[in-house]
Amino acid sequence: MKALIRYSPLLLIAIAWELSSRLGLVSQLALPPLSDVVAAWIEMIKDGELITNGGASIYRALAGLGLAIAIGGVLGIAMAWSKPINVLVAPIVEIFYPLPKSALIPVTVIWLGFGDGSKILLIFLGCMLPVTIGAFNGARSSEQVLVWSARSMGASRLRMLWDVVVPSAMPELLNGIRTALALSFILLVSSELIVAQKGFGYLIGSLGANGTYDAMYAVVLTVAFLGFAADRLYLLITKRTLAWREQNP
Amino acid sequence: MTAPPDGWPEKAARVAVRLFWIGARSLSVIALLVAWEVLAKSGAFTPFQLPALSKVVERIWSDAVSGDLAINTGLTLYRALTGFLICAIGGVVIGMAMARNKIANWFFDPIVSIGFPMPKIAFLPVVILWLGVYDVSKITIIVIDAIFPVIAATVIGIQGVERELIWSARNMGANNRELLRQIILPAALPQILTGMQVSLPLCLIVAVVAEMLMGGYGLGGAMITASRFANSVGVFAGIVEIAVVGYVLVKAMAILRRRLLIWHQEAHDPTTA
Repeated sequence: MKALIRYSPLLLIAIAWELSSRLGLVSQLALPPLSDVVAAWIEMIKDGELITNGGASIYRALAGLGLAIAIGGVLGIAMAWSKPINVLVAPIVEIFYPLPKSALIPVTVIWLGFGDGSKILLIFLGCMLPVTIGAFNGARSSEQVLVWSARSMGASRLRMLWDVVVPSAMPELLNGIRTALALSFILLVSSELIVAQKGFGYLIGSLGANGTYDAMYAVVLTVAFLGFAADRLYLLITKRTLAWREQNP
Repeated sequence: MTAPPDGWPEKAARVAVRLFWIGARSLSVIALLVAWEVLAKSGAFTPFQLPALSKVVERIWSDAVSGDLAINTGLTLYRALTGFLICAIGGVVIGMAMARNKIANWFFDPIVSIGFPMPKIAFLPVVILWLGVYDVSKITIIVIDAIFPVIAATVIGIQGVERELIWSARNMGANNRELLRQIILPAALPQILTGMQVSLPLCLIVAVVAEMLMGGYGLGGAMITASRFANSVGVFAGIVEIAVVGYVLVKAMAILRRRLLIWHQEAHDPTTA
């Protein structure tokens, strides 16, 4: 009941959508009725179009994001751990961080073509730096008291890295990964909209070009929902991972 | 006889150490640029895959001389910054309304909590369908994408204002308006600015994507035209140009933040680099 009241505005919007289209307040071409969109969605699930294209997109996003987390996380912690690495890498990170990552779309296509490779590379490049910076900030701010006590108890440098620095970098690192997760969807969809032969973005573009707008809306809503669901799922996992902390931020 | 005689060598040593680190820091950037040039010239890559840095610089220079660079940069900046301005003002207004008004909160809260994590760029074809391929639709998609961080930061910022501050202002006879302008907004400003610092790069990302998809003038449009003609020098020139624009905007925002928050204790924190 509480959830119903909380989310009632969305219900109102959905009803307004259906009515304004059915009653002809807006052109059905520009805004097909919601019920038509749902019908088109079911149709596309049945004939497998949505699932094949969705599978391709999800594979790209996961591969790119996985690489970004692995390499970005290690890089960030290494930057906090060793001053020479920091001096070497930090200026490059600082230069590339503000680069609007979408500018890389044409280059990744030049390097790896129209298929999976260029999307994975783009997502990897775009998502790595937020993870790196999260890991760096987290590892840098690990409490000195913890570091000192670990050292006085005779922990080796490597052991300390694993037992003290990495866990205390966790919250910020996980935050950086959340940013990367959102970015991965943005980059995935935009690169697929611009150049691709399959995937959600490709499907949206080709359906729009064909004028089958109800199906196009169905795919747009699917992508939007997946992005939302991925974020919520991630938050849930994060909460579990950080359950050992005294207080969740 | 009070000044220590070895005062200035110490200072000089400190300056030398600083210079050393600045040199060490710029070293890797220079190394990167040199590596680019050498790799491109070495023949390990075709000029299509990796054009030489010198060729790219030449191309940027000729764009600058012909005036194309100014037009494209100006248009992209105009779109991104107009979008950002709308996000900044609209986001703060909606966020304030949500924090202060039950009905506004009831309506916007589910929209924000669902809309924030969505990849709103997927709505770009819908926006094109409604508004066409000109500036209005580009700015609209920028606002749709980048307004949520500002709204969320404003709500969190206002909710986090210390109760004691509000109570004492009330006690001293501040009315609602004064309370909002003199107490709540300044106290929430650090959070709000953080939201804007998230929003600004998003504006630029989306502006570039929108230009790439819709074509025409603008840095993104110029890049996609270059890539259609397999002109990879043009593509790399575009990246460098967009990178410079992004760098300048992000730095400008950070400087603005330091100015606006000069009264705040974070300005004296060495950690906010």
